[in-house]
Amino acid sequence: MIDSTVVELSRWQFAVTALYHYLFVPLTLGLSFFIAAVETVYVTTGKAIYREMAEFWAKLFVVNMALGIATGLTMEFEFGTNWSFYSGFVGDIFGAPLAIEGLMAFFMESTFVGLMIFGWKRLSKVQHLLVTYLVAFGTNLSALWILIANSFMQDPVGAKFNPVTMRMELDSFSSLIFSHDAQAKFVHTSIAGYVTAAIFVTGISAYYMYRNRHMAMARRSFRMAALFGVLATAGVITLGDALGFVGGQAQPSKLAAMEAMWQTEPAPAAFNVIAWPSQDQKRNLFEVQVPYVLTPLLTHTMTQEIPGVDWIEADAAKRIANGIPAVAALKVLSKDPTNVDALAQFNSHQKDLGYGFLVKRYAPDQDVEKATPADIQKAANDAVPNVFAMFWSFRVMVGLGLAMLAYFVLAVIFSVRNDVENRKWFLRLAPWMIPIPFIANEFGWLTAEIGRQPWTVYGLLPTWMSASSHSVGYMVFSLIGFVTLYTVFIVIEMTLMVKFIRKGPSSHGHGDHAPPRPALGGRAAAVAMMRKED
Amino acid sequence: MELYFGLKVLWWLVLGVLLMGLAIMVGMDMGVGTLLRFVGRDDNERRVCLNAIGPHWDGNQVWFILGGGAIFAAFPLIYATAFSGLYVVMLLLLWTMIVRPLGFEYRSKLPSATWRNAWDWALLVSGAVPMIIYGAAMGNMLQGVPFHFDWDMRSYYTGSFVSLLNPFAVLCGLLSLSLSIYMGGVMLMGRAGGAVAPRARKAAMGAAIAAIVLFTLGGIWVSFLPGFVLEHAPAPGLPQNPLQQQASVVAGGLLANYRSQPLLWAVPALGYAGMLLGLLAVRGRRSTLAWWLGAGAWIGVIGTVGAALFPFLMPSSSEPSQSLTLWNSVSSQTTLLWATGFAAVFVPLVIWYTSWAFWVMRGEVDAAAIQHDEHAY
Repeated sequence: MIDSTVVELSRWQFAVTALYHYLFVPLTLGLSFFIAAVETVYVTTGKAIYREMAEFWAKLFVVNMALGIATGLTMEFEFGTNWSFYSGFVGDIFGAPLAIEGLMAFFMESTFVGLMIFGWKRLSKVQHLLVTYLVAFGTNLSALWILIANSFMQDPVGAKFNPVTMRMELDSFSSLIFSHDAQAKFVHTSIAGYVTAAIFVTGISAYYMYRNRHMAMARRSFRMAALFGVLATAGVITLGDALGFVGGQAQPSKLAAMEAMWQTEPAPAAFNVIAWPSQDQKRNLFEVQVPYVLTPLLTHTMTQEIPGVDWIEADAAKRIANGIPAVAALKVLSKDPTNVDALAQFNSHQKDLGYGFLVKRYAPDQDVEKATPADIQKAANDAVPNVFAMFWSFRVMVGLGLAMLAYFVLAVIFSVRNDVENRKWFLRLAPWMIPIPFIANEFGWLTAEIGRQPWTVYGLLPTWMSASSHSVGYMVFSLIGFVTLYTVFIVIEMTLMVKFIRKGPSSHGHGDHAPPRPALGGRAAAVAMMRKED
Repeated sequence: MELYFGLKVLWWLVLGVLLMGLAIMVGMDMGVGTLLRFVGRDDNERRVCLNAIGPHWDGNQVWFILGGGAIFAAFPLIYATAFSGLYVVMLLLLWTMIVRPLGFEYRSKLPSATWRNAWDWALLVSGAVPMIIYGAAMGNMLQGVPFHFDWDMRSYYTGSFVSLLNPFAVLCGLLSLSLSIYMGGVMLMGRAGGAVAPRARKAAMGAAIAAIVLFTLGGIWVSFLPGFVLEHAPAPGLPQNPLQQQASVVAGGLLANYRSQPLLWAVPALGYAGMLLGLLAVRGRRSTLAWWLGAGAWIGVIGTVGAALFPFLMPSSSEPSQSLTLWNSVSSQTTLLWATGFAAVFVPLVIWYTSWAFWVMRGEVDAAAIQHDEHAY
């Protein structure tokens, strides 16, 4: 049996590496399009200030993107290194979007980012603009394919189990890529990236305006980003609602936990604004409710019943009982793939195979056929994620989202009235808003992925079965290694970021482009410059 | 069934192409990283080296990422078993590779000599270590790795970390390192100019000679290694898993394919030709020609491994019957069909725009211009 400490450590490692990677991704998603927009203005108006803006933001973009790429390497391989059972079990489906992401999106982004940085002198204006757009499209296409893969874990459509190969196999590629969860999640997530970039740009621009530096650049950047941001934030909230709607249909346990709904209530159910959920007592120790609101909020109707934790556990117990014969049949099929009785038994219980797996860890000798009703009940209790974590992750994300909407509404109003420079309090506040979208993004990830528990693939493969069979020692070693390396990296990245922000655009943002070259020619000039720098 | 058989063979070839592409493109950048401190004596020269591959390393690195993704998509059981089995080695590979993007992007962003020096070391380690591991991993595949499966296809690796660094694997790792240094040297010969080019040329010549010696030694060694033979298995065109076959170990078995199909000797011959002619091309200062010959050498070397193992991909030394072959570790027909469709459209596209990017940035790096370009590495 796989050690539960190893599973826990593997989960921690994945969470640490994914959350860390996700600190850099949203900014890349949004900033790439922002730079493309700025450069479009440059190409259409020919004003040098916009080129300077594009180059300045591109410099910060690159510092951020380097760590995004570096930590993305880990993600591409971590399913194999630490979740090998998962990889073998669903790799036939899950691997394809990852490979397509590399081929179709990441290649494009990475090849053209080189030209975007180094190609200013070698490409025409229009060519360079095209290159910048290709970077932005590549980045966003990447997110699309990754989220298609992720959505398979949330709502496994388009796949079926093959008893001959003992794994899930792709049944319908179109169901996989047009999964409702994938569509809603892609738009929600990529727009959240635009919000992140918009706050980043307005925050830094406000920092300059407050100090009366680089005014020409800061004012223009602020206005563009504020408009970009207000639209994006409204979009994120709308799509978040859509995602909740779609996700609620596919993952009732996620929804019940998110809303701390322990008992199924007759519709329309009350909405818990705040609560203190206790998993042990299966109730909220404290709650503030608004009657009738939850049902229309989640189901967009007044009459649809929302299953509570009690219903989910009862349903899980039933499905576990039905799934046990499926697991038993599978064991026979592994030795005798053509056994007719086992095949028939498997087919009639197949839909609850995952629930059969769920009880395996509690069954004596991991033999599901020996599972007692008490074992089944234990497994059924697991079918609900951590309610406290879910309830609060979701509320932190939503609360921060609303705060950002208010911020952008103000930013647009002030910017349109042309008096943002006089609102010193706002200029002081804006840089402090920069961490907000990053925190909201992380809590969004937590809501989505904690809400998926106890499954890696919802209803199909329990998390505890998915991990690789490593020793505790290996896992401690790798977790410490990742945490150490990543801590060093973020310190370096933040130092550079802050340094470049303080320094500002090279020509002080007045539109006078590029300092004159020293009169010395070639190498001599280079040497002189080096001496000066050192 | 015949379609599935064809797709399996096609994706075995695609896997080969990806491993070759990765070795050629990423290997070249890593060779530059390895050589950086030796061919660049001062900061200026080192910046020239970095900027020679500056616009391309990021795109090239996608070969590595795509390699991982394609193995996941087309050979999920290899992805699962190999990457978890070789855990500590994979960590070493990842941890060193993670440093590389930062080395390129951050090194020249601050003027401090200590800062830059530290990143130069980081680039050396993140160039040399992954290439050694890459070769060593192939060496381990040739010898087989101790692993087995449960009835539900959970894999267990039963060897140790140290056993993955056995002498034969290290030899393969050094061969891989030599070829990468050769490619990096050749690249710098063509694009660095100044004082760097002659040093890079010398390094490339040394690397070519080392590669020839190591490839020869490896070849002799392989003829003494045991190989694996499938005795009984479902037909290749059928869906199957590794628990449904019988395989055994035979002495000298790694050369069995070459004995039965003598034409296959052309593959290692291509490797030798690439290295020997490459050495001559470097001597004659023909850097572009030398680059293509180096690519040929990589194709020959990786092809040699593939041909020796076929149809095995990852044999099990502890439970030979549970070895992973291309027939039993491959994805389903539906997945392979879709993957083929995407590859048919996007691989030519990627090659086209990658070539365009190289063409745009063609020519020697202008050492003086770097100093005025705030975006340069």
